Amino acid sequence: MKRLGKVWTFLVFLFLYAPMIVLFVGSFNDGRDLSEFEGFTLSNYLDFFADSGSLRLLANSFILAISSSLAATLLGTLAALGIHAMRGRMRRAVMTLTNIPLVNPEIVTGVSLSLLFVFIGRSMLGSDQVFGFGTLLIAHVTFNLPYVILSVMPKLRQTDSSLMDAAQDLGCTPLQGFFKVMLPELWPGIIAGAIMAFTMSLDDFVISYFTYSPNFSTLPVEIYAITRKPVPPMYYAMFTLLFFVILVVMIGMNVIQARDERRQERKKLRGV
Amino acid sequence: MKNKLLAGPYIAWMAIFTVVPLAMVAYFAFTTPDGDFTLSNFANASEYLPIFLRSIWYALAACVICLIVGYPVAYVIAHSGANVQRVLYLLVTLPMCMSFLLRTLALVALVRDTGIINSFLGLFGIGPLPLIRSSGSVIMGMVYNYLPYMIMPLYTVIVKLDPRLIEAAQDLGCDSVQCFRRVILPLSVPGIVSGITMVFVPAVSTFYISQKLGSTENMMVGDIIERQFKGVANQNLGAAMSLILMLLVFISIGLMNRFTDDDEEVATI
Repeated sequence: MKRLGKVWTFLVFLFLYAPMIVLFVGSFNDGRDLSEFEGFTLSNYLDFFADSGSLRLLANSFILAISSSLAATLLGTLAALGIHAMRGRMRRAVMTLTNIPLVNPEIVTGVSLSLLFVFIGRSMLGSDQVFGFGTLLIAHVTFNLPYVILSVMPKLRQTDSSLMDAAQDLGCTPLQGFFKVMLPELWPGIIAGAIMAFTMSLDDFVISYFTYSPNFSTLPVEIYAITRKPVPPMYYAMFTLLFFVILVVMIGMNVIQARDERRQERKKLRGV
Repeated sequence: MKNKLLAGPYIAWMAIFTVVPLAMVAYFAFTTPDGDFTLSNFANASEYLPIFLRSIWYALAACVICLIVGYPVAYVIAHSGANVQRVLYLLVTLPMCMSFLLRTLALVALVRDTGIINSFLGLFGIGPLPLIRSSGSVIMGMVYNYLPYMIMPLYTVIVKLDPRLIEAAQDLGCDSVQCFRRVILPLSVPGIVSGITMVFVPAVSTFYISQKLGSTENMMVGDIIERQFKGVANQNLGAAMSLILMLLVFISIGLMNRFTDDDEEVATI
């Protein structure tokens, strides 16, 4: 029974990773077709680094992911502190608001934002050319916010509220108390939220697709356009490189989480 | 008291960029391009009823398959050693961060008529098998893309199960099947519910998967909505269909949550 479970798990992982292996192999392929290996080459990687267009797209995606995750982290952490102080009906109402972008189908979120931007452009700015970095940033901050809030809230619940009182008794101003006592406690949640927001933003296709403009496009949106034609194999090289970047980020996140869990354990033991 | 105000900017942001846009969807759904009130968008949308039903059916099938495929995986991960657990969990979540467009494209390269699997089978004189452009291949594409969303919440629930409950059940004479059916499975319900929700919502509204793995006979609601906004541009019809899709999702989530609430009541008795 146990062995059966392990074999099954292996097969499922094979299913999940087979397409990625195809892309990995395709990145070294001397032909265009993913299903035919015509010989080993590194030229796809060289092509990628020589192609200013795709580097531009990659830079765009990173700029958008970094700025939107930073903005969402700041706004979301403040919001989590505020929500934590709320009780009863008000808290439920705000949490419902937080859940809307999480449960709403992405295509509906994308469509609804595009309608809003068109409306604002036409009636307030008198222009049809509203789409661009600004609209993408707003859209990404909006769908990133819930992830930040949901990863900071549990940390707030774990934090002993008398810590802030103690800090103030010992002469801290509320602001000092926050930066010296609360923030270190919340830090793992904030970082986890920021990283999650960053990866969601980096890989978002559907919502970006409805809010981008050709002047400022992102990688996933452009890949969508490209996959309607035969895809230049340098994109497989880029996928492979991104895979390892994301792998490193996720391992880093794991280490932070593991350290935090150990810290919580120690705290529990000390409490006993 | 003062702290509550910290959520102010957030609430304002969400009101402007979540609530107002949804109100605009509703406004477009009930108006003509000239801004007059009309119900004709919904009348037109009702012509797409078979496509709505098909989308729901694909998404439900994907949910059930993800559950059946994913549950044993979540169970195995939850019962591995601490370090193996971390690695396997990372391997489950990693694909979610990688371009699903390119991964789906690679899946196509695997299963299409001249694809990798069929060329391999061809070596043995089998095939080519029709693995693509059918309902089955669209559902497979969904399972491939959304399986991690099922495994994650299942794992979270199973890993927190108190092993003493299982020991107690065994002491009281349950064999392993009974133990699973009467203790482990009922306690996994919250994970199952959130897994189904997390698979159903993106699956029912997808448009890329059906474009790449299906034929015109496998078109889904997402394809139609995308076309209204990016192609023929009948935004009012698109808005009406978005509104219906949103209501459909909210109703199914409401039903699912009711299911867990009831179960918690049973558990407390």
